[in-house]
Amino acid sequence: MENKPLIEFRSVSKYYYMGDNVVRAADRISLSVNRGEFVAIVGQSGSGKSTCMNIIGCLDTPTSGEYMLDGRNVGDLRKNKLAEIRNEMVGFIFQQYNLLPKANLRENVEIPLMYAGVPKGERKRRAVEVLTSLGLGDKLKNKPNQLSGGQQQRVSIARALVSRPALILADEPTGALDSKTGREVLSILQGLHTQGHTIVLITHDGSIAKKAQRVVRLEDGRVVYDGDSALA
Amino acid sequence: MNPLESFELAIKNIAAGKVRAFLTMLGIIIGVMAVILIVGIGNGLSAYMVEQFQSMGTNTLNVNIFGRGSARAVSPDDMYALVDDNPDYLALISPTSSMSGDVKTGNETYSTSITGVGEDYFDIRQYSVNSGRGLYFVDIDKRSRVCVVGSYIANEYYSGGAVGERMRIAGTDFTIVGVLAEEADSEESGTDDAVYVPYSVASRLSGAAVNSYVLTVVSEDEAAASKKIVENKLLDVFGNSNAYRVQSMTELLDTMSQMLGIVIIVLAAIAGISLVVGGVGIMNIMLVSVTERTREIGIRKALGAKERYIMSQFVIEAAVTSAIGGLLGIAAGYGLSTLATRILTDVTGESLAVSPTSTAVLTAFGVSAAIGILFGYLPAKKAARLNPIDALRYE
Repeated sequence: MENKPLIEFRSVSKYYYMGDNVVRAADRISLSVNRGEFVAIVGQSGSGKSTCMNIIGCLDTPTSGEYMLDGRNVGDLRKNKLAEIRNEMVGFIFQQYNLLPKANLRENVEIPLMYAGVPKGERKRRAVEVLTSLGLGDKLKNKPNQLSGGQQQRVSIARALVSRPALILADEPTGALDSKTGREVLSILQGLHTQGHTIVLITHDGSIAKKAQRVVRLEDGRVVYDGDSALA
Repeated sequence: MNPLESFELAIKNIAAGKVRAFLTMLGIIIGVMAVILIVGIGNGLSAYMVEQFQSMGTNTLNVNIFGRGSARAVSPDDMYALVDDNPDYLALISPTSSMSGDVKTGNETYSTSITGVGEDYFDIRQYSVNSGRGLYFVDIDKRSRVCVVGSYIANEYYSGGAVGERMRIAGTDFTIVGVLAEEADSEESGTDDAVYVPYSVASRLSGAAVNSYVLTVVSEDEAAASKKIVENKLLDVFGNSNAYRVQSMTELLDTMSQMLGIVIIVLAAIAGISLVVGGVGIMNIMLVSVTERTREIGIRKALGAKERYIMSQFVIEAAVTSAIGGLLGIAAGYGLSTLATRILTDVTGESLAVSPTSTAVLTAFGVSAAIGILFGYLPAKKAARLNPIDALRYE
């Protein structure tokens, strides 16, 4: 595989203007993540980790600095282009699962493929395949609210994986789960890492961050630690 | 994501909230129904009017001559010659000269309408002779003292058996040779309260020249050309278009139809306003729907939905809602038209059918779908513009 990093932040800053005050949510962050890495970005609320996640996930663009995703500067792309990149490159796992309540599991998992223009038959096949591999093959027609939290989070993992993105971006994936199911979800992520997926995990919990291979700790929009999770 | 899938998604979303969807559509339903009903009533009225006119003879021309001094005049013979010279345009002619004077049967004196006519008059008016005979050319030529009476006179003064009886008109004795079939309801002062005599006799008794005629045209499509022929002849004689008047029943009918058409269009347009109100209702609900579904929109955008996908999803949903409303409105319009036909027929006793045209139906449907797109645009734009980060955070 090529040497260039999958994610590269070059002095990325994000400012919010609130009246006369400037909030520096991200302050000249430089950071790079290679393919196959499992990185946890950890920090208290207000540390800038959500801003980082939004930028990494192409939901937001930096005020200054460059963000290279797979060698491509995505900092100043238009909204529609960003939507396309999110669709192709990023699999999101949210704290609140963010499944569509009216759609069944298969339909939920198909959504990214639908926007990618994958034909119906193939979409269905791939959604069923991913859901089955996550142990939900018998619940394809169920609605999300018929499932436990852990199961719902597995559906959202399936949705993140179905379009085979280069990057899995998990935002507090265990935040809404009890510790046992939380551990299950983390072990699924670890499994995906072993299979070669690149995973960026955002969390406020240091003990969860330790499950990753590498930890980036943020405080007040700056990186204060970047290294092996065992030493964090 | 193709339009068909957006369409399926829209149907699913509408089906998920049937009551709300129905209430949203209600404005459109009522609007479409009203337009169809009003246009249907208009059609019924104009068909009824045409029918009434046709029974009076839409193929006739009425000619009135006012004259210009005594130097120039048109005689019945001139007019007959005109008809003979234009067999492609003019078919029948009859002078009509009203006479005043009392009528006396036995000792009973009464007044009725007395008209001097030619032998073709009953054919022109499509009156049929019930008993006896009509007037013949020879009656006119010989100035015979004969007359034909309407059914009211025959029933009222001769107890039905009038043929062969005598009647005194303006002091002269006449023999009744025929009785006409009932035209209206044999009422006093109606069409059936009338006496017809040869125009030559009428002219002699009243001492006045014949000054009006009724003609039939060969084809109603050529009514204007036929009218022109008569006008040219009269203009030739009098040299002034104020000396006469030629009226075509077809033209009169056309004018009335046109006026009725305008009234119907105005009424339909007023009903159409409710379609716009319905559209505003759809916009309102779609805006609420966008707010309710903010999180869904955020999820879809995060997963890679471009603005135009979100946009088309909402526009198609509005258009489908509106179009379904349009279809329901068409069904309701047809239902009410049938009901209205039955009621109108029962109440008026006339065959007055409320008949919607397919043009009106298609227009109403097209307009309702277009209104959905138009009023769905603003909410859809709002949805498409949502920032995914804010939308995901929305509770």
